[in-house]
Amino acid sequence: MFAYYFQLGLRSLRRNPALTALMVMAIGFGVAASMTTYAVFRAVSGNPIPGKSAQLFTPLVDNWGPQQNLQGEPPDALDYVDAMALMRAQQAKRQTLLYQVQMSVLPGGDRDLPVSANGYAVYGDFFPMFDVPFQYGSGWSAQDDEARSSDVVISAQLNQKLFGGVNSVGRTVNFSGHDYRVVGVTRPWDPKPRFFDLFNTTGFKDASDFYMPFTRAQDLQMRSNGGNSCRGSLTFTGWEDYRQSNCVWITAWVELDSAAAVARYRRFLEGYASDQQKAGRFAWSPNVRLYDVMQWLDVRRVVPPESRISLLVALGFFAICLVNTIGLLLAKFLRRAGEIGVRRALGASRREIYAQYLIEAGTVGLAGGVLGLLLTAAGVAGVGVLFPPQIAKLAQLDMSLVGLTLLVAIIATVLAAFYPAWRAARVQPAWQLKSN
Amino acid sequence: MSLQIKPILVALRRHKAGTLLIAVQIALTLAIVCNALFIIHQRLATLSERSGVDEANVFVIANQWAVDWTTQQIDAQVRADMLALRQLPGVRNAAPSTGYPLQGGGWDNFITMTPDQIKPTTDSAVYMGDEHLLDTLGLRLVAGRNFHSDEVLVMGTQQALVPPQVIVSKALAHRLFPDGSALGKSFYAMAASPSTIIGIVDPLHRQGASPWDKLHAGQSLIWPARPDDARGVFYIVRAKPGQLAAAMREAPKALYAQSRLRIIDPKDGIQDYAQIRHRVFDSDRGMAILMGIISAVLLAITAAGIVGLTSFWVGQRRKQIGIRRALGATRGDILGYFLTENLLIGIGGVLAGVVLAFGINLWMVSQFETARLSLAYVASGVVLLLLLGQGAVLAPAVRASHVSPVEATRSV
Repeated sequence: MFAYYFQLGLRSLRRNPALTALMVMAIGFGVAASMTTYAVFRAVSGNPIPGKSAQLFTPLVDNWGPQQNLQGEPPDALDYVDAMALMRAQQAKRQTLLYQVQMSVLPGGDRDLPVSANGYAVYGDFFPMFDVPFQYGSGWSAQDDEARSSDVVISAQLNQKLFGGVNSVGRTVNFSGHDYRVVGVTRPWDPKPRFFDLFNTTGFKDASDFYMPFTRAQDLQMRSNGGNSCRGSLTFTGWEDYRQSNCVWITAWVELDSAAAVARYRRFLEGYASDQQKAGRFAWSPNVRLYDVMQWLDVRRVVPPESRISLLVALGFFAICLVNTIGLLLAKFLRRAGEIGVRRALGASRREIYAQYLIEAGTVGLAGGVLGLLLTAAGVAGVGVLFPPQIAKLAQLDMSLVGLTLLVAIIATVLAAFYPAWRAARVQPAWQLKSN
Repeated sequence: MSLQIKPILVALRRHKAGTLLIAVQIALTLAIVCNALFIIHQRLATLSERSGVDEANVFVIANQWAVDWTTQQIDAQVRADMLALRQLPGVRNAAPSTGYPLQGGGWDNFITMTPDQIKPTTDSAVYMGDEHLLDTLGLRLVAGRNFHSDEVLVMGTQQALVPPQVIVSKALAHRLFPDGSALGKSFYAMAASPSTIIGIVDPLHRQGASPWDKLHAGQSLIWPARPDDARGVFYIVRAKPGQLAAAMREAPKALYAQSRLRIIDPKDGIQDYAQIRHRVFDSDRGMAILMGIISAVLLAITAAGIVGLTSFWVGQRRKQIGIRRALGATRGDILGYFLTENLLIGIGGVLAGVVLAFGINLWMVSQFETARLSLAYVASGVVLLLLLGQGAVLAPAVRASHVSPVEATRSV
């Protein structure tokens, strides 16, 4: 019966081409607008580290006080003093500090001009904490951190540029005039959004080229290439002054694998801030935060407002298209009241009429879905108009989106057809037969 | 006039579903189109903000140093680079700077009137450059004077330097000294010592276009200092009229001739203001385009929906129309009937739509810090949708008016 009704549905589509085209276009545009914006939203709101997002936490300490902090919230990063205190306390299973650094790679090989390289100064725990995959070698140890050694982990891309992609572990590279020993080469690794650095980035940036020991970067007095935020009057005249100032520029991450460990770390943070108050460094009571990955993405509003607004507008648009479809289906079905009357008189039950018209609506949905798919493909290719390239390239038309587009189109249309099909099923055979 | 509303209402009661569907569609369309047009207007207003820069002739070079140099070495290099750039035939002037208007984010400082004031008076974008910066950017000096070359300090990498002189934008001057007496007055920009206003320029856009920047729109200051930061510097270059392209080609060559230990990104290291504007306002323009497309398609679909349903009604009522015509109703009466019917449904729809439009806007204000929807937008949206409804119903209504009285006698 399904196949027969499906065939009837297809035939009926051809009967009122204008009305059919209108419905198919409404569904097609509605579903395409929703799916295109959803593709972007899905890309920017995903969990960048699904396996561990609930075990990784970033601690914040209010070092500015109620008068100068962010409307009661602590600053979004740590100053040097607090960052080092948290690091030295070693209260978590693993911990790292990090900040953005930029260096240059001097000419060599076929390059006759220096090129810039962007990376992070981190502790050795960074690599196991964030599950960084390695192609060659590995990260460095806590002893290397202590020894302030000139180690470096480089990306597969930089390894390709510098060493032609061979195993370069043990080789020496020169960055900005200083030699570093390559200890590891990562596989391509660039979590989106870049949850671990939302102070310096909005979550979307080109992949990092290298990672170097935080301690070594401090010895070289490497200033952060990212954000820096201060309060009050700035008086520093050199590196040491700057590190003692209230300027925040360091992000900390800790790995805590049980609820008990989280509670313990929270108490430690409170205790630390309380000690600072007792010591007179803070003139306010403890104001600390401990966010896991998904909370942090939310706090830093990683999903661009454009993405939310466009998704909402597209969904509203889709809703209007569906209301429109309900009206048109009503017109289309009831126009055939005579036909329904004949079928009913010949013995078709209401249920059968209902099923027939729902399936007919399904064919409209399918046609709308196919048109929607084409429009979604065009939309996904065109999201660069609305979003910066780093975000636009994340939106992709994959199999799951194709399936979802067709499914949403069909289900939405069938839902929209409930009322019109019900009205069609209620047609009184006697009424229709009489006037013929 | 025989426009009687009561029979229309009675007839509509027999078409509850269709009436409701059209009304709901009009309400939703009005709500979304109003908000979309409002977003378009706001984004376009952002797009047309003036930077104060001579945008047709200015370009920016992002210059990064390739090796660790001391402040003295960097300062010598910056001076040499400046001489080389200013000597190029197509170049009118050049200056080093910490940033530039519409850069997309950069350095800003809180401003206080006294050194121990805790709550800042306002926030200002901070630019640092030498005495050539004003002419290089093409800023309009509306009061006071430019920096003298002997006032230009040297700012190393980790120095919180506070020059005693400052040039401010008119917006900042007005914010700090609303009575217009800013020239010669002092303020503190996160510093222990004051800076005295020696000149006022108008306008001078901030580096960013974020909500924070909009909150302090146009409030900027320039300090006289050569930024000799180890991480790098921006070179602002103003070409002679009509020689922008040539100057953009020659400038990097001149710089590499001075020293090759620098990095100018081959991809986006040199940008003119068309590119800069495009980059910073990309999402604003995209949003306006998207909202425009959605509004247009939405209006088209709503109109088509009205045409479809009304055609159906006309088809359903051919007999009744025929009877009315046979009883003496003119074509105009029939036309008027359908137009009035649509108007009544439309009014019902827009009333609900107005409430919905403000509801959506209020929610957006709380979520996205957008502005309040102005009444003018809703009013024009209402007119637009009522006209759209009348336009959409015209064709089916005209067809209805052509129904012959003979139809009344047929098929009985």
